[in-house]
Amino acid sequence: MSRVIIIGAGLSGLSAAITLAKAGRRSALVSLQPSERAQSVLAEGGINAALDTMGENDSADEHFNDTMRGGVFLASEAAVRALTSHAPETVMWLSSLGVPFNMKDGKIIQRNFGGQKKKRTAFAKSSTGKMIMTSLIDEARKYEDKGLIERFAHHEFIRLIIDNGECVGAVVRDRYSGKSAGISGVVLLACGGMNGIFPEMTTGTTQNSGDAAATAFVQGVTLSNTEMLQYHPTTIGISGKRCLVTEAARGEGGRLYIMRGDERYYFMEDRFPDLKNLSPRDVVAREMFFVRREFGGEVFLDMTGLDEEVWKSKLPDLREEIKSYLSIDPKDTPVPVKEGIHYFMGGIYTDINHRTSMQGLYASGECTSLYHGANRLGGNSMLGAVYGGRAAAEDIVKNTADDGKNDEISFAIDDAGNFGEPASDELILKIRDILLDAMGIVRNESTLDNALERLDRLSAERGYNDRENARFAVARAMLMSAKERRESRGAHYREDFPERDDSFKKATVAQYKNGKVSITFKALDERGEENADKT
Amino acid sequence: MQIRLDIKRRKSAADTPYLQSVSYLFDDINETVATALTKINRGGYKDTDGRAVTAVEWECSCLQKKCGACAMVIGGVPRLACDTKLSLFQKAGFVRIEPLRKFPVVSDLTVDRSIMFKNLRDISLWLDEELSADEKSVDTAYDASRCLQCGCCLEVCPNFYAGGKFYGMAAGIPASKLLAQLDKGKRKALAKQYDKHFYSGCGKSLSCKDICPAGIETDALMVNSNALAVFKRLFK
Repeated sequence: MSRVIIIGAGLSGLSAAITLAKAGRRSALVSLQPSERAQSVLAEGGINAALDTMGENDSADEHFNDTMRGGVFLASEAAVRALTSHAPETVMWLSSLGVPFNMKDGKIIQRNFGGQKKKRTAFAKSSTGKMIMTSLIDEARKYEDKGLIERFAHHEFIRLIIDNGECVGAVVRDRYSGKSAGISGVVLLACGGMNGIFPEMTTGTTQNSGDAAATAFVQGVTLSNTEMLQYHPTTIGISGKRCLVTEAARGEGGRLYIMRGDERYYFMEDRFPDLKNLSPRDVVAREMFFVRREFGGEVFLDMTGLDEEVWKSKLPDLREEIKSYLSIDPKDTPVPVKEGIHYFMGGIYTDINHRTSMQGLYASGECTSLYHGANRLGGNSMLGAVYGGRAAAEDIVKNTADDGKNDEISFAIDDAGNFGEPASDELILKIRDILLDAMGIVRNESTLDNALERLDRLSAERGYNDRENARFAVARAMLMSAKERRESRGAHYREDFPERDDSFKKATVAQYKNGKVSITFKALDERGEENADKT
Repeated sequence: MQIRLDIKRRKSAADTPYLQSVSYLFDDINETVATALTKINRGGYKDTDGRAVTAVEWECSCLQKKCGACAMVIGGVPRLACDTKLSLFQKAGFVRIEPLRKFPVVSDLTVDRSIMFKNLRDISLWLDEELSADEKSVDTAYDASRCLQCGCCLEVCPNFYAGGKFYGMAAGIPASKLLAQLDKGKRKALAKQYDKHFYSGCGKSLSCKDICPAGIETDALMVNSNALAVFKRLFK
């Protein structure tokens, strides 16, 4: 093996590339667009770590407990233990790279976030993702200069190169020239959540087509927990997508209400007196759905009580954004909000060292399904992406070697071959609409069955290309996983099985073989034990 | 509402560009150029001469003016397609949509901005060793870190051209982050690069003021960096 091929140059891909480079390992960093355009720059609120800077006696144990409870015990304990115990050093590493976290008296200050009672979320005003990315990009540049990181920043992942069941490289296409190359090496997929399965309906990037993970799936890579879609409670509709109103808005005192007759009913405060507006996202989103059904009309986010200083020092971009998109000032007027697809807890199955089911293939960041169980806590996504990228890289360093071969990558192939042709927009929207009808906040078996039948009919309509077939397969995996999980847990709420049933305290596992998708369940500890000597 | 979009097109850099006019209907006063391009690319549109409009190549990612991908020249001004409402041009009845002119065109509205990233590498814009976090520089570092690397400031700059010695505000802003964060003794090498590739080439036209889609106060950061890197005076 020579260089490591990293697909995706967001938080996770960059963290992995830097970690590899520090260990002297070369990587090819492949992304459709430069890192500045990665979805990671959109992350707003912050990154969790029990730094305990707020005098609340916080600890990694409590972070662990909150993450497990928030994910309704569907994540692997060993993985979450590793994540939360390494969180403080992860944030301090970022700080040492120059991320301008908000500080006071020489210490990083932390804010409240959903599902956690202690102030644990480090932040840089309301553009934490952008700030972390800028510093990681600077750091990666150092290793680009040394030749350890080679950027392919207008390049598209086409497919894995598989030899005898082992991943030995990837085919990549230059978007500008249209020419492709086969690159050999260990592959790390850090390609983000599958937003492209739901175009226009998520808060994510339009760059993500979902094709990378879907292609890996039909090439034999196992997915898990794909039924777990996080609907963020507070999004606003803007031209072409859902725009996130950061959870920090509630962390800083924003309140949700609906009109009950003539009065404002602050339903979260009334019905969830413990965590109130900062209950986990699945709880808030579901309750919004229920109160709308009960009272009609829209749910509003009331941020009029936030003082001037909070807007200025902690949420400046948010105010600007709402003003520009909705032409209202959230300081004076409550904002109508709705749930929007925000995060994919499910994705590529990995063990706790980020190895996928295929030898030679790793995955980290939102495209995996490791840390967040049935519902991700706010502030844990950036942590999972950065820590996960580093952990994957460390395992690669430990278990693979660079043969030092300086095989130059040359983009000379005219036709990329299999998986080279994009899926048609028309089909993408049809599949999206079928999924949306069945994979909403409240689900039941008959709508899931109905969606599966519609998919069958659609797939029988005509012949499809490779990426289209892969999309069908992922859509089936999502619907079938949602169907097989006959309980309610976290983001997955079945009105026909409204209670949690711990006989389902297992990961759904989707596999693709001979053109067919199958779903099984896997015990949570099968992901492996914590690697004790990981830094 | 109806508007005519005059889109500058060419299949590749080698082709002669031409304007393709599309009559476009929209209902929402908040609809943006980005949405129009997305809808046109779904197919079914004909231009004003009755020819089918093939997919227009352009780059896009976040649709929230946070990534800089969709920078192009719209109505003669460089801006982000996702931040430019069609209603702005309703009075005129048409708007011209062109690629940025300072970079080589790949096709249609897509340009190759890799020179910007090369320039940042060229001034060695990175930390050689870890920083200890410093409260004083947080605000400057935050403002500078907001740079999208979209290229709008370079488009209007009378001094910047791709391949020249002057790297423009798109290098000046990122440099101002590390200049503010580095201790006096460690700032030297970067200060030298800043002087060579920014300060000495900048004609101080300030044409980049108010053009930044991220709203970065370029002049304020420049004043700060000039003081730190060139005049060696500490203003803050």
